[in-house]
Amino acid sequence: MLAYILRRLGYGLVILIGVNLITFLLFFTVNTPDDMARLNIGGKRVTPDQIEKWKVERGYDKPMLFNEQAQGAEKLTQTVFWERSVSLFVFDFGRADNASGGDIGYQIAQRMGVSLRLTVPIFVMGLLASVIFSLWLVMFRGTRVDFWGVVACVVMMSISSLFYIIVGQYVFSRVAKLAPISGYAGGLDAVRFLILPICLMLVASLAGQARFFRTLFLEEAGKDYVRTARAKGLTEATVMGRHVLRNAMLPIITSSGSALPGLFMGGLLTESFFGIPGLGSYTIDAIASQDFAIVRAMVFLGSVLYIVSNILIDVAYTVADPRVRMQ
Amino acid sequence: MDLPFKLVMLWTDVVLWVMLLGLGLYVRQVRRDAALRATWRRVFVTPSAMASAVLLGLMLLITLVDSVHFRRALPDVAGGARAFDTRTESVLDLGLSKLIASRENSYSQPLATHGFSKQAVPPSPGAKPMLDEHGVPVLPARAYPRLSHGGAGLEDPEGDWAGDIAVRLVFGGMAGVVVSFLLWTLMCRRAKPSQAGGQQPVAWRAAWITASVLALLIGWGVALSWGQGYHVFGTDRTGNDVLYMTIKSIRTAFVIGSLATIATLPFALAFGIAAGYFKGWVDDVIQYVYTVLSSVPNILLIAACVLMVQVFLDKHPELFETGLERADLKIFLLCLILGLTGWAGLCRLLRAETLKLRELEYVQAATAFGVSHWRIMLRHILPNVMHLVLITTVLEFSGLILYEAVLSYVGVGVDPSMNSFGGMINQARVEMSRDPIVWWSFLAAFVFMVAIVLSANLFADAVRDAFDPRARVYRPRARAVAQPT
Repeated sequence: MLAYILRRLGYGLVILIGVNLITFLLFFTVNTPDDMARLNIGGKRVTPDQIEKWKVERGYDKPMLFNEQAQGAEKLTQTVFWERSVSLFVFDFGRADNASGGDIGYQIAQRMGVSLRLTVPIFVMGLLASVIFSLWLVMFRGTRVDFWGVVACVVMMSISSLFYIIVGQYVFSRVAKLAPISGYAGGLDAVRFLILPICLMLVASLAGQARFFRTLFLEEAGKDYVRTARAKGLTEATVMGRHVLRNAMLPIITSSGSALPGLFMGGLLTESFFGIPGLGSYTIDAIASQDFAIVRAMVFLGSVLYIVSNILIDVAYTVADPRVRMQ
Repeated sequence: MDLPFKLVMLWTDVVLWVMLLGLGLYVRQVRRDAALRATWRRVFVTPSAMASAVLLGLMLLITLVDSVHFRRALPDVAGGARAFDTRTESVLDLGLSKLIASRENSYSQPLATHGFSKQAVPPSPGAKPMLDEHGVPVLPARAYPRLSHGGAGLEDPEGDWAGDIAVRLVFGGMAGVVVSFLLWTLMCRRAKPSQAGGQQPVAWRAAWITASVLALLIGWGVALSWGQGYHVFGTDRTGNDVLYMTIKSIRTAFVIGSLATIATLPFALAFGIAAGYFKGWVDDVIQYVYTVLSSVPNILLIAACVLMVQVFLDKHPELFETGLERADLKIFLLCLILGLTGWAGLCRLLRAETLKLRELEYVQAATAFGVSHWRIMLRHILPNVMHLVLITTVLEFSGLILYEAVLSYVGVGVDPSMNSFGGMINQARVEMSRDPIVWWSFLAAFVFMVAIVLSANLFADAVRDAFDPRARVYRPRARAVAQPT
């Protein structure tokens, strides 16, 4: 088990190197640091002095891959590639491109907890809600309940999550005044601000997931062991909850694993709509102000989270199904 | 040639028309191939799919009409070279010229005759400034301004409005009913022979009902917009007709949905089949590449690419002549980016399927006959994974339309100057926080977007049911569910 996890982590490292190369190519070969400087300083007239100052402050004046002037190992370390790309591996994100940006690592540390408070409940409760809803549909399979449930799912899937957020914010915050429109506070107060975004994201993601789970459960419900269970005289609820659910667990874990990057996006939208100071709103602000250093850092961080969560999912496989061995 | 206009071929126009050509060729192939024809027939037997197809067909028509662009010639200046307008128009703009021309000053509610917010009434020319008893000028009265186009012909807007709207609804409705009746007679003639075969009949009735509803809606829309120039969906902040913006957004949604899906195909097909067929180190490399790609949160990768493209476009203004050409190049590149970043899923699917196929007897036979790898992949494997490609393509379409809205919100979507559902929603977000709220452009975007995405979803479901052999196993049960007695 430990050896397996270590090997997966090693492969994850190799993947991260690939991610890093892609981002480096994307950010430093399509456009030169001079272009970025011009964009970031803004204004009509940008003097070469200003550009030079901007580059020196952020270390973009150094050579890309190999520094001829430096001594020894510094030939490699005193370069843009080393400082901006390799150092990401020790989570040294450096300075933001914008004048007021400050240290990226500090910002991420501040905002990470807030983001997790938002996304973890969405993930866990979303999974629970869709499993329960789809099991309920499968219990009524072949009836009108099932038919209209599926219709509702298809319609709800066709509505952009932006609509849910905008309408939800309007109805519950502005008209009914049940929750604050936007903002955030630390401690227990956070619940007040987080409850509406969480509920809205739950509704937005429920339909697609539930519909997919329903097909999984239907597939299982047609198998022989289910008939046997019924023949033994078990109640429908026991059959569904004990037998069908347990056997459909693996594809559910896989699909919720692949939903993790989407969770990041959900965080992006809700955080910026509700003014929650997490990583999502940080990223949106960075994109809006074209701060490439922050975007680069978030790409890296996002892939780290993705790889780690994938390993966790593989571990979850063994818990869900003892037949799965880790090799 | 001295035409009064200059045709402008935008990138996306070219691609859309080429895609239409490809679609035509595919339809021809389906007509010839009995097996394919039978499978497609299964799609159109489903009423919901047939209804969706009609709606999508209308949207496709709008898209195509909106994909012929030209620039008008400016009046000749003596001795000067022939110059063209900087504005690029499409054929659709000609048809909707009434909507473009009926521009107001600011917000107005749907079908309104007056503006949405009060404005100072300008004093009549020559009148002395009004003074109150202390000699201080009285502030000009504030009133809801009369719209310059919406219901402009009405003498007494308050009194005549309801009657005028009702008359227009009746006439528009009548036109719709006439069209519906014509379609019905057409259907009766068309549908008869297909009943004989003993198969399930193609759902012509669903098609007819959808077409009738659409004809009725279009009839109402035309009757209200033309003549008195009502704004069916109101006007936006700068007084543009929201209905016009929504209709123009359809093309954007279609371009994103279709072009971005098509753009994933070359990578997914080439890499997926190669990885599954060759196995070994080729497989390892390709698997590595798509794992890397899919480990980056998609939206961040797209954002990074789009930011780079933006800087690139700012640096190369020589690539485009007009604003529309710039916006078009941007959406074209956006689709390419979506294609470049989005092929991992289909690639994985194709790889798994090819791994299975390459062990089958007919592929082994081909290998034994000495058929080259290239030919085996092209002639033996590719045709047998096409159903997966088709299913994925139609499933992706609706997802991408939804995705466009999110991307526009994040600020890495289509150009702000281009009409799109994402842009409308983005604007609506500000409008919804006004007091009193401006809800109509949000509603318009919602209705059109849900209609397109829902029909795309329903159509995709039917295609999957018909083409996916795995889904067919469960079909009897699905049918029993779909037709409760």
